[in-house]
This record gives sequence, C-alpha cells and structure tokens, in this order.
Amino acid sequence: MDHGGLMYQAFIFLLAAVISVPIAKRLGLGSVLGYLLAGVAIGPFALGLVGHNVENIMHFAEFGVVMMLFLVGLELQPSLLWKLRLPILGLGGLQVLLTTAAISAAALAFGLPWQWALAVGLILALSSTAIVLQSLNEKGLMGTEAGQSSFAVLLFQDITVIPMLALLPVLAITTDTTDLASGHAESVVGLSGWQHTLAVLGAVVGIIIGGRVLIRPLFRFIAATRLREIFTATALLLVIGIALLMGLVGLSAALGTFLAGVVLAESEYRHELEAEIEPFKGLLLGLFFISVGASIDFALLAEKPLLIATLVCLLISIKFIVLITLAKIFRLQNNQQWTFTFALAQSGEFCFVLFSFASQNHILPADVIDPLIVVVALSMALTPLLMIINDRCVQPLFLRNTTETREADTIDNGETDVIIAGFGRFGQIIDRSLNLSGYSTTVLEHDAVQVENLRKFGHKVFYGDASRQDLLHAAGGDTAKLLVIALDDHEKVMDIITLAKRHFPHLKIYARARGRVQAHELHKAGVDGFVRETFHSALAMSEQVMGALGMHAYEAHKTMRTFRKFDEQHLRDMIHVEQDPKAYISNAQKNRAELEKVMQADEEDPELLEQQHWGHK
Amino acid sequence: MSKILIICAHPNLRKSRLNRALVQIASTLRDVEVHDLYQHYPHFDIDINAEQTRLTNASAVIFLHPIYWYSCPALMKEWIDTVLQQGFAFGRNGTKLAGKHWLSVISTGGDKDAYCDSGTHHYGVTEFMIPFERTAHLCGMHYLPPLVCHNADKISDKDISTHCDIFAEMMSELLTGITQEK
Repeated sequence: MDHGGLMYQAFIFLLAAVISVPIAKRLGLGSVLGYLLAGVAIGPFALGLVGHNVENIMHFAEFGVVMMLFLVGLELQPSLLWKLRLPILGLGGLQVLLTTAAISAAALAFGLPWQWALAVGLILALSSTAIVLQSLNEKGLMGTEAGQSSFAVLLFQDITVIPMLALLPVLAITTDTTDLASGHAESVVGLSGWQHTLAVLGAVVGIIIGGRVLIRPLFRFIAATRLREIFTATALLLVIGIALLMGLVGLSAALGTFLAGVVLAESEYRHELEAEIEPFKGLLLGLFFISVGASIDFALLAEKPLLIATLVCLLISIKFIVLITLAKIFRLQNNQQWTFTFALAQSGEFCFVLFSFASQNHILPADVIDPLIVVVALSMALTPLLMIINDRCVQPLFLRNTTETREADTIDNGETDVIIAGFGRFGQIIDRSLNLSGYSTTVLEHDAVQVENLRKFGHKVFYGDASRQDLLHAAGGDTAKLLVIALDDHEKVMDIITLAKRHFPHLKIYARARGRVQAHELHKAGVDGFVRETFHSALAMSEQVMGALGMHAYEAHKTMRTFRKFDEQHLRDMIHVEQDPKAYISNAQKNRAELEKVMQADEEDPELLEQQHWGHK
Repeated sequence: MSKILIICAHPNLRKSRLNRALVQIASTLRDVEVHDLYQHYPHFDIDINAEQTRLTNASAVIFLHPIYWYSCPALMKEWIDTVLQQGFAFGRNGTKLAGKHWLSVISTGGDKDAYCDSGTHHYGVTEFMIPFERTAHLCGMHYLPPLVCHNADKISDKDISTHCDIFAEMMSELLTGITQEK
C-alpha cells in the first residue's frame, strides 16, 4: 500500500486518534496520552502503518504549538503578563539555569566533553509547552497557582530558545565555518550581528504596532464581508504570516505569535479569533502528539534498554528536584508545589528542534543525539502518567492531611437540631434560613476548596463526606432530629439516605432532587420530603416573565400556583407508572392536556379553579 | 405630591368592569395615587414601611374593594393588620393618620334589597361596614359614608358610567376640601 498518499496518511492518523483518544479519556488518562499511544500504535515499531516520514509530519504538526501559543497570548492581557513578570523571570530563569547546570554536570559524569555536556544541558532544560498546557487546560488547572507558575516557566523557556540558537554554534568542537554559516543562513539571511538585532527589534515592534493599528481595521473590513471562511482564512494568514516573519529574523515562531496574541488580547475580535484558530490548533496538536508517539525509536530502546531507562529516570529526577526546590523557594502552596513539579518534569518539543539544529551544525554527534531523542520522547510520553500519579496518589495526601484536622473540629459542635450535607448554593440558603429561626445546624461539605472559601466568610463548615457512617455519627447522627441532604450528586444523595436509614432510623430526611426521575427515587427510598432543585426557581422566573408581559402580578402568581399544584400532583401520580415508559409518556400528555383545559376553563368561567367569591355570582 | 391615596384591593381586577372603570377614572386625576395591592404584593408580603410612608403623605385614603363574605378581600385585611401598627396608627403616639379622611368605595354582587332587615343578609351595608368605621375612628380618621355599587356583575355600562361620575365628583370634593383645610 502507498504509505505516502496524503489521504491514506490522514485516514490513518485520524482513525488512530478517533479510536484511542476517547478510550484514554474514558480511562481517565487524558487526551495527550491517548494521542501518544495512538502514535506508538501506528508507528513503524508497532503496526507500521505510517512510513518513516514521521519527522516531516512532526515538523508540520509543530505548527500546532505555534497556534497554541497564539491562543495563550489571546487569553493574556498585557496587564496580566506584567503581573507575571516575577515568576517568568525568577521562576523561569532559575529553572533553566539550575536544570542546565545539573544536566550538564550529569553529562560530564557520563564522560562527555564540556561543550557537549553544556549543549545537552541547555537543550534538555526545556519542558514541553504543548503537553503541559494541554494537560493543565484539560484538568482545568490553568487558573491555579501551579498552572500560572507552570505557564510562567514555559514562557521563559520559549523565549530562551532564541539565545540558545545563537549560543549553540559556539559550542561546536569541530569548528567548520562553512557549515556554521549554512546553519545560520537558514534564519539570518546574510546579515551581520547588529543588522540582525535591528531586524529582530523591527519585527517585534512591527508586530506590536501592526497589531494595534492595522489588524483591527483589517478584521473590521473582513468581518463586514460576512464571509465566515474568509475570516478564518485571515486568522490563519495572520498566524502563519507572523510565524514566517519570525523565522526570517531568526526568532521562534511560537514566541512571535504569542506576542501577537497578547497584542490582540484587548481587541474586540479576540473571541472570534479564538474560535477560528481553536480547531486547527486542536487537530495539529493532536497530530503533533501522535507523531511524537510514532517517532519513539523502539529499536534503539530495545538495543540499549538499560541506558535509555537510566537516562529517562535521571532526566526526570533532575528536573523534579530542581522544580520542587524552586516551588518551595517561591512558596507555592503545598499541594500546588507538587502539581507544578509533576507537570514540568519532562523535556519538550523544542528539544527535537534544537537537536536537529545541533546535528546540522555538528555541535553534537549522532550517537549522543539519537538516544537522547528517545529519552525526550519517552519523558514526554510519561508526563500524562506522572500527572495521573499526582492526581491519584499525591494530591489526596493533602486532602487527607487536612481532613484529619478538620474532622477533629467536628466534635466541638455539640448537639444540633439539623445536619446539613452539602454546603453549595443549595445548602447555604437552607442553613442560613434555619439559623435565622434559631435552629442549630452542623454542616458537612466534601469539597475542600469550598470549605476553605466558606471559612473565610465566617461559616462554620466541616470538611467531610456525609456518606461515611463515622462522619455522620460524629456530626451528631444519633442526637439530631433531621438530616438535610443538599448535595447535587444524586448517587451520593442515595448513598447517604441508605446509610442514614440503616444507622440512624429516627432521623427525618429531606433531600435535594435533581429532577423528576431522581425525585421518584428519593420517594421510593422513603425520604420525608424532597424538592426538585430548579423547579421553584424556574416557576419564580415564569411568574416574573408573565408580569413583564403585562399580566397582573396576582394573576401571574395564581397561574404559577396552578401550574405548581398540577405538576406536583402529576409527579406523585407518575411514581406508580414510572416503570412503564409508554404509560409514562401517555400519562404526561394526558396531564398536560388536563392542565391546559383547566387554565382555559378558568379563562371562560371563573368557577372552576379559582375560589368562588361569594356575593359575586 | 398626591393628596388622595386609593388603596385598591381586587384579586381579579381584569374581570371586574366596574372596578376597572373606577381605577381608570381615578388615575386620570392629579393629586390621586392609585395603589393596587394585588399588583404590588401578590405574595402577601407587604412592605410596611413603604405603605406607612404612602399613608403619611396622603390627606385622604380611599379603599376601593369588592365585598367578600361581609368584609374586604384577604390582602386588604392583611394590609390593615400589618400596616396600621400601634405607635403609627393608634395607641400612644400613634397619630400619623389622625385627621385624614377614610372613604370606602365598595361593590356587592347582591341587590340593594338584599341588604336590609327583610333581605337575604338581614342587615344593611352600614352595619356590615362597622369594622371599617371603627378602624377609621380608632386611628382618629374622619370616616365618610361609603360609596356603594350593588349588583356589580350585572350592572349596565351606562350605570357604570353614572357611578364613575359620582365617584369623580366625590374625589374632587375631597381634593378641594383638603385644599380648603390647608
């Protein structure tokens, strides 16, 4: 079969992604690991479905990283960037410096000459922007302290690539000037040092001024054509154009587009640009991850498994130690320190770029580069796994640590009338109104962050999972009169009901129901009362809307009450027919017709529904 | 500043031709504020402070309501119970309403004949209105004889119009009376 055909290649890559990513996601492994595994599967060392032109595909797919940085830039207002200047320079700078030193030292210990060792140290110090940002985004961690710090470090690393490209040729041992020149010629077309500096400055200033002055009218003009695909084309043109310009003056394309993103972060087209670039970025990044997976040289791995494994462990360990030290120096919160460390403990995609640059310029020999490329790819592939270890093993330690101290608090609450499980938007209102009437409450909340926030506002909330018998006991299950279950997780609500019925049968139970189906389940479980969580607020809104449409307020209120009465009656009726879906639907239709009839009759003859006012016949 | 405050208490104003017409004519007059209780407080949670301010600013209060079960509709009773507080309307220092006029403008479903010794209800409207009269007196208000419209459901458009004219006349007398007193 023709491995080179574009359609065939696209089919294989897409098929691999479509099969493996949802499975990985289902298994809780995250999409990045899914792509990497897809790459391994179709790579030359497993199924061999893709040819040996993976490297070309990877170069193409690296553009996904460029697009990602453009999008990251769009999210970052200059003011925010300015706020991050300390972590970028301090945390980022120290990370690159210390990691380079440590890895270079290790390389020296392996017997490499100092020039090679330094080059290897510099290159491997970089982490993977693509994998880290994608994973943190997917877990919703970008807003956290760990996410912001990781981003700051990655940003500094991306900037560092430029001086590295300038510095690396100096480290070449075999000074072959012609080769050096040709390596340089790729980026800086026959310009001398100061001209080059001028070109770089010009490009950067050009992007900033262009972004401020030219881009807005351009997009306004394009948007006025109302041709969506032209807008898409313009957005792509912008990103590709900047990438090319950056390449021309020898800057990293990722950095240039990032800068453009920041400049455009305040423009009114920010959201449209995001929406247009996002799918391209997603696909290209996926492609990139697949090609990283496919490019892992398993032959080399099979040849020198011990060496490669040692190097991978060494690389991750060195990065790990440097990162956790920095996290402590910069006083990140305890659990954030570990997320930050686990996230950044790999080498990244820029290593491939720099290694190929190093190879072209004879800075490093192939027998040093080849195993290291495998090491880098493996360290990238291990990152999602490391983050899973962090999620499942390390982070819970912090929760449990804090839980234990919090559980100790539970005891001092004394006997209370009511236990409230869940202190979200629902439980808070119940708690406050009960306290207002002088009833004492013990509140259990299973979200540690929520507990911390509420403590700041002076609420007395105990961290804990109310579906644990010991906790319910500690909260006063034996002495309280009533248990309110205000959690949104229905499974958990049912668990707590079962538990309370078995161990504290005297407790009256009032539970929050998600919707009709859950209300039926609560009823069957024998709760004393339930409320559908959005039912009454929707009714209140409908009453307001009827008023806004010109209906008299009291009439609107009565209409709402009629609806409420019928709907609640209907809910009770349906408990018996719930098992039979056909009967359920026909019953629902019958009920709706009945309600309509009643409302209609009320309109014509006030006797039917409304209380008949005597004397007004 | 409005000088007449009309407390309108009808749970279904849309279906009462008479009371709609009365509200309509009142709202065309200057210095008259029509305050629809069922529109403002469909949930019966009356804003006592706001109501007391309204009363303080008015020189005459007209209660516009149908007669239900020999009394006013429920929300108006709630209004009387909660707004006319001790210390505001009656009792020590409760003089905020003293000297103001109280006029009840009421409607009944039954005939005029039903409201007499020999009629269905055995008593006249004046007797049934005694609780309101006493309420007014306890607040130091001048209780005026009520304006009654019988047979309100079946009344002809022409009679409604006549009734409205009488109502308008009474309001203008109240307004000029108020002006003269000042």
